[in-house]
Amino acid sequence: MNDPFLLFDLLLASAVIALAVATLSVRDLFASIVLFVIFGLLSALAWVRLSAPDVALAEAAIGTGVTGALLLKTLHHMRFVTGRLGQDAAESVTPAQPVPAPVIWANAALCGLITLGLAMAFFAAPQAGPGFEALVTDAMPESGVTHPVTAVLLNFRSYDTLMEVVVLLAAVIAVWQIERGLSEAPAPALGEIWHGFARLTLPAIVVVGTYLLWKGSEAPGGAFQSGAVLAAVGLLLLLSRNYVPRPAHRGLARWAFVLGTGVFAAIALLVAGGGREVFEYPAEHAYSLILLIEGLVTISIAVTLAALFHGREPVALAIEEKRHDT
Amino acid sequence: MTPDLIYGATGIAVFAIGLIGALCAQDRLRRVLALKLCSVGAGFILVVGAWRIPPADPDPVPHALVITGIVVMVSATAVALALIRRLHTLEAEDDD
Amino acid sequence: MMLELVATALITLGTVFFIAGTVGLLRFPDIYCRLHALTKADGLGLALIALGLALMADGFGEVFRIILIWFFVALASATSGHLIAAHARRVDRERET
Repeated sequence: MNDPFLLFDLLLASAVIALAVATLSVRDLFASIVLFVIFGLLSALAWVRLSAPDVALAEAAIGTGVTGALLLKTLHHMRFVTGRLGQDAAESVTPAQPVPAPVIWANAALCGLITLGLAMAFFAAPQAGPGFEALVTDAMPESGVTHPVTAVLLNFRSYDTLMEVVVLLAAVIAVWQIERGLSEAPAPALGEIWHGFARLTLPAIVVVGTYLLWKGSEAPGGAFQSGAVLAAVGLLLLLSRNYVPRPAHRGLARWAFVLGTGVFAAIALLVAGGGREVFEYPAEHAYSLILLIEGLVTISIAVTLAALFHGREPVALAIEEKRHDT
Repeated sequence: MTPDLIYGATGIAVFAIGLIGALCAQDRLRRVLALKLCSVGAGFILVVGAWRIPPADPDPVPHALVITGIVVMVSATAVALALIRRLHTLEAEDDD
Repeated sequence: MMLELVATALITLGTVFFIAGTVGLLRFPDIYCRLHALTKADGLGLALIALGLALMADGFGEVFRIILIWFFVALASATSGHLIAAHARRVDRERET
């Protein structure tokens, strides 16, 4: 009851709710995205309070950082297509059509019902009941790592994690197909100071990303957080035009996309046999296998996230010109 | 009043706000943002479900589930945004 | 004990600067003044809080990490302040023409 952090919790919770409302109600889309980024960072802070540092890292790096970059890139693209870079064009992307009042009321009623059901389920659920923690603690010696979340992600529930990497792969394939032949918005002019910033932070980001990966076996961190941090390297390189994707790089990019998924699946199948099932790593090699999978998956995640940010598949110039002529 | 109750209520509220936004928002980009809010709200509820009164360690399985959810959500967001860019370009070409 | 007192004082002072920066953000008339208030006051506030935390840290490794965090946050806030100001000026010029 007398937790000195209670006031902090209440303040943080109300700030999170207020930011969620503001994200959807503010008129300027740019402001809406910025508010969303702040919302994501404060949610990550709340999850640190709930002793979930891994989830907080993932939310801050992927859910907020990469998603924020994707949103801003989309907004930039749409302003470029409309031909207006000023703030006047910022208020909406889609021409607004009035929604009939009965539809709004029906929507509101449905939302209310769903929320009511969710709230009843949440408050009726047994508080702090026994979960999987005892099972996980018992199985930890066999996992090869000492951090429970990494053990769950890369060993006990690795089938889930493999599918997650496959979803990421599917996303990049879909984005390349959707964006085929789409004209590209010019990179924003960022100026000298920004280039200096990029030069100073690039090596640091590489170090931090690798450290997160390495540390993941015993402390919060791991492939997904590390991949997102390393994807920031790609974002910086793309934004500063130090790296311009060329059609010749497509083959390499494709290999990088499937590297993680391929090795993950191959190892899962190879360990099977001799009384073991698929994904059942032999305990004495588990650490090296997990580190190998994590390392390669990290490379795939970083390259895939950077490719998702870049969006369009790098195509040969000739094809592009032909499309402009027609 | 304990952190789990406070943040559980926050999660439900954020989910509700996202749901209303996804159904009622006029703008495509805002709808994507609203769905993203929904996912964060769901993440709150799962993380609260994993929480145990401090010295006890939290349940790592929901944590892994939320991390998976975050990565799946960023993939879905990227595809949705690519579709928005495409639609917007097509509309702009129609106007010309 | 003495060290803890100094650290608490530094962190409190840092918070005061953060509050001042926020008041500036809310009260100042245009974007340039607001940016000025935010980057200046928050930069100082951050440095004071980092110093206070470094005094309470146990071990050189932690102090080193706090210094790194301070350096990169200061760098990022200065750069983003510059970028926002440059963008605002570009938009202003576009409106005039």
